[in-house]
Amino acid sequence: MSAHEIAAGFMPLLDSAILVVAKAKGFAEDEGVALKLARESSWANIRDRLAVGHFQVAHMLAPMPIAGNLGLTPLPSRTIAPMALGLGGNAVTMSNALWARMLDHGARETLDAAANGAALAAAIRAVPEGRPRFAVVHPYSGHNYELRYWLAACGVDPERDIEIIILPPPLMTEALANGALDGYCVGEPWNTAAVMQGLGHIATVRASIWRSSPEKVLGVEERWAGDNPEALAALLRALYRAAIWCADPANREALSALMAEPAHVGLPAEWMAPALSGDIRVSSVDIVRVEDFFMPLARGATFPWKSHALWFYTQMVRWGQVAHSPGNEAIARETYRPDLYRSALKPLGAALPAANSKIEGALTAPTPVGASGATLTLGPDGFFDGGLFDPDKVDEYIRSERS
Amino acid sequence: MPSPGLAVLVIDENRVRASIIEQGLHEAGHERVTVIHDVNGLVRRIAEHNPDVIVIDLENPNRDRLEAMFQLSRAVKRPIAMFVDRTDLASIEAAVDAGVSAYVVDGLKRERVKAILDMAVTRFNAYARLTRELEEARGELEGRKLIDRAKSILMRSRNLSEEEAYRLMRKAAMNQNRKLAEIAESLITAAGLLEPGGAP
Repeated sequence: MSAHEIAAGFMPLLDSAILVVAKAKGFAEDEGVALKLARESSWANIRDRLAVGHFQVAHMLAPMPIAGNLGLTPLPSRTIAPMALGLGGNAVTMSNALWARMLDHGARETLDAAANGAALAAAIRAVPEGRPRFAVVHPYSGHNYELRYWLAACGVDPERDIEIIILPPPLMTEALANGALDGYCVGEPWNTAAVMQGLGHIATVRASIWRSSPEKVLGVEERWAGDNPEALAALLRALYRAAIWCADPANREALSALMAEPAHVGLPAEWMAPALSGDIRVSSVDIVRVEDFFMPLARGATFPWKSHALWFYTQMVRWGQVAHSPGNEAIARETYRPDLYRSALKPLGAALPAANSKIEGALTAPTPVGASGATLTLGPDGFFDGGLFDPDKVDEYIRSERS
Repeated sequence: MPSPGLAVLVIDENRVRASIIEQGLHEAGHERVTVIHDVNGLVRRIAEHNPDVIVIDLENPNRDRLEAMFQLSRAVKRPIAMFVDRTDLASIEAAVDAGVSAYVVDGLKRERVKAILDMAVTRFNAYARLTRELEEARGELEGRKLIDRAKSILMRSRNLSEEEAYRLMRKAAMNQNRKLAEIAESLITAAGLLEPGGAP
C-alpha cells in the first residue's frame, strides 16, 4: 500500500494523546498513513510550520484555527478543524496562599465551580489593593475563555479585578512557586504537576465549569486538505481508532507510560494518571473523583461541533478580540468541518451525529441522539451557571453577555 | 546597504548563537543591538529598549507570550507585528527552516528589515552547521578511542602486533559491511562479557 505521508506538530500536553497513540500503536500505519510527529515548543511554531508547509496537520487549541481564519494572529494560513481531539482535560490551579484565602471565604475540596468561584470572588473583594495575577497559555485558548467565563459568572471582572497574562505551561509552576502568579488555567499534566510538587491547589476543573466542552482540535491546512482528501480521511480514521484505544480503561497505564516518554510529554507517568482515571489530586491529601475530566471518545468527543466553534467566536467578541459581524460569524462556523468527519468515518461504523450543531448546556443527563452508525449518547453538558448557548441565536447571546 | 539607526533586540537563550548574530548585525553596520538570554522581565526590557526589530529563536517557548504582549498596545510603545511579507513566502520559509522568527514595528520599510532577517537566517544556519560538524567530530573522536581499545584487547588476548590487530578488525568490518568503530564496540562488549568478573 502506498503510504500517505503526513507530518503533524504537537505540544507536549496530555491531550495530544490521540495523535501520539495513532502513531505509536500502529493505527496510522494500518490506515496507510506514514505519520511523522514533531514535538513543538510554542503554539506560534505550530501555526508557522503549518503555514509554510512543514506540517499538514497539527494538535491545536480549539479556538486557534478560528482566530487564524479571522486574521487575528500573525502568519495565518487557512486552517480547518475536521475533528476534535477530546473533551475537557484542563483545570484551574491556585497558589497555596490564594487557596488559603479562598478557604477563609468558604472554598471547598469539591472542585465545585460555583462554590469555589464565589469563594474566590469574596477573597478578591476582601483585599481590593492586590489584583491577583492569573496565567493562561494563549489568548485564543479554551483556557482563557473558560477562566473568564467562570470568573465573570462569579462576579469577578477578568479585565479589572484580576490580571491575566500569557505564559508557557512549563514556566507556570515555577511562577506559582516564586509568587509571580496566583493561579492559572491550563491543560494536564500541569495542574497535577503543581499539586505533586506541593506548589498549588486545584480549585476547579473544566468539567465543572462547562461539562463535555471542547479543548483541542486537529488543525489542517485547508489547501492540503482539499488536494489530499484520501490522505485526510485515512488520518481521521486512524485518529478515531486511536481515540477508542485511549478511552479503554485497560490501556490507561500503558497510555500514561507512553505519554510520559521524553519524545511526548516528557514528565513522570504518575502526573498523567489522574487525568486519565478521573481521580484528580486536588491537594497533597485530597483526591476528588471527576468521571468526565478528560474524554477522548465518549459523548461524541471527537466530533467538530459548529456550536463549539460559534461559542468560541462569541467569547472572542465578548473579550474584545474581534468585532461581531455576519461575515466573521460565518468564518468561525465554516472553520469546523463535520462534513469531512462524517465522510471519513462512515466506513468505520462510527457514531455520527445527524446535526452539525447543538444547543450547548441543554443536556442535564446522558441523552441518546439521532445518529447514523453506532448509538450516540451526548451530555450531560451544562454550564455551571445554567447558561445556554443556542448557535442559531448568536446575536442574542452576544447581546446578553454585554449587559 | 547597511541600515543604521534601527534598534534590534535579539532574544536567544543560546548564548553562542546569540553572539554570532550580534556580531553579524554589527558587521552589517547596526550599532543598536541588544541581546537578551533570559526572558524574565521581558516586558520591561522591551519597553526599555523600544526595539524596531525583534529576532527570536523558534525553540523559545515564550513566543506565544511575546505575541500576546505585542497585541496589547499598552505593553509596548508601538504596535509590533510578525515580519510577514506575503509577496515573499520563500523568505518566511527560509526563516522557519532555519529556526528563527522576526517581529517588526509597524511602518518599517521591508527592505530594511528583510536584510536583518536574511542575516539572522544565514547565521542561524551557520550555527546549525557548526553544531552538526562538532557532533560529527565528537563521534569521530569517540570512534577512534574505541578502535584503540579494541586493538589492545586483541593484541593481548591473541598475542598480535598492533598492525595485525588492526587488519583483523578491518577485515571483519568489510565482511560484515559495518563501520570499524561498530566492530570495535562489539569487540569491547564481548570482551567485557567473557572476562571473569564482568566488564573490562
